[in-house]
Amino acid sequence: MCAQKRTEGDARTAHTADPPKTADHGDSKTVLEGPEIQRALTRIAHEVLERTKGGEDVTLLGIPTRGVPLAGRLAQRIERVEDRAVPWGSLDITMYRDDLRLAPARALGRTDIPAEGIDGRVVVLVDDVLFSGRTVRAALDALNDLGRPRAVQLATLVDRGHRELPIRADYVGKNLPTSLRENVTVLLDELDGRDAVVLGPAKPRPGAEDDN
Amino acid sequence: MRHLLSAGDLSRDEATLILDTARELAQAGARSVKKFPTLRGRTVVNLFYEDSTRTRTSFELAAKRLSADVINFSAKGSSVAKGESLKDTALTLQAMGADGVVIRHSASGAAHRLSGWVDGSVVNAGDGTHEHPTQALLDVYTMRERMGRLDGLRVAIVGDVRHSRVARSNVLLLHTLGAEVTLVAPPTLVPVSVHTWPCAVSYDLDETLAKSDVVMMLRVQAERMQGAYFPTPREYSRRYGLDGERFAKMHDEAIVMHPGPMVRGMEISAEVADSPRCTVTEQVANGLSIRMAVLYLLLGGSESAIGA
Repeated sequence: MCAQKRTEGDARTAHTADPPKTADHGDSKTVLEGPEIQRALTRIAHEVLERTKGGEDVTLLGIPTRGVPLAGRLAQRIERVEDRAVPWGSLDITMYRDDLRLAPARALGRTDIPAEGIDGRVVVLVDDVLFSGRTVRAALDALNDLGRPRAVQLATLVDRGHRELPIRADYVGKNLPTSLRENVTVLLDELDGRDAVVLGPAKPRPGAEDDN
Repeated sequence: MRHLLSAGDLSRDEATLILDTARELAQAGARSVKKFPTLRGRTVVNLFYEDSTRTRTSFELAAKRLSADVINFSAKGSSVAKGESLKDTALTLQAMGADGVVIRHSASGAAHRLSGWVDGSVVNAGDGTHEHPTQALLDVYTMRERMGRLDGLRVAIVGDVRHSRVARSNVLLLHTLGAEVTLVAPPTLVPVSVHTWPCAVSYDLDETLAKSDVVMMLRVQAERMQGAYFPTPREYSRRYGLDGERFAKMHDEAIVMHPGPMVRGMEISAEVADSPRCTVTEQVANGLSIRMAVLYLLLGGSESAIGA
């Protein structure tokens, strides 16, 4: 399964299948390679530190699937710079989605909140692709049920546009203007064996598994 | 819409999906806000023809934790007491737009009949001496949490197998998930059709205890017995009850389970029931997570992810 960002509201299957082994086929084009992704994450880590004035009370929460390894990598980078561990975890938003009735019931991802909790902390949500903004809305609802952060910020590796809600990212790895007929796939070493962002034609419905 | 009528309908993947989902949902019990908005706007009807505070409350709370609207129908004091048939009750529910119906009935097969009359998903919460799939799921979940595995786990189910829907559902589900089940009961309390069940049968508790990882005691269902199945409770207790002496023969990591309500002193001694290796209250807590998982997977999407 790759993080296919599509128009919300389409039918999707629930399973978390294996990632595609070959992402480049047909008209697909790799828009970001491994080193560029690394650089983008390093820059985001520095921006987080700058905006939160040293990142003292920052907690990073990745949105499954691919936001989670990204949150881990950001935490690692911040730790390298500041020499201090940054709590990070994952926040599953499946139960909070607004399109649950449009697809078969899907498997839940992991929610793993660091021991510090989120009360009074600056929570940085981390996802791979920002698209309609509906995932982020669901994540805000989920956070609300977990506690009361002092502030919530959003970091995304790719912003592909086409927002359907008034939501904007605080940290963006790359702005990638796309057409709705295109499909953005993020591949990460931890899950797919390599780092890349691939732009391809949107696949016919139904069948995207993961989404923004 | 699909239904959960029998533990035997679940494939290994489906059962594992339910157990994994329950595990994620169990975390919510520790939060300050324990609810999810997932089933907002959906209606779940608890249709209980038999008294069962434990199961009904568990299903009710599970549905409420998922933000569903819950209606409780109990046979006492409803039109059922006035003679309304199950089919007419079903048609009434249908007219009310129930998305899910949880049914407990004293007749085996009632849940299956109901599933033919309503559009919503039907969950069998115990039909006669037939099945009780969510109980089996929560039992299996408890075993997996305690023992860390199910494959190759040796499970003894002891007592009134004949009248137990819990035993049948457990045998089917445990077999699907790779555990080895031995039923232990007096010959009179072994069901006639037991040779078709995927399990072994023994009449000797002491012999089975030593080689079991899990010992599941069943309640003696006196209310379902229309004759004498054993001479006296005292004799039953001596041969098939789990007391401290027998408990000591089990290996150190083995656990004792009981679906409740327990008859202390007959099936199980107080000493064993209060041991940390007895999982009765844990089973109740796990029941909530399992029922949330089942309701979510049946009703949470445009179509069910489990069931037949």
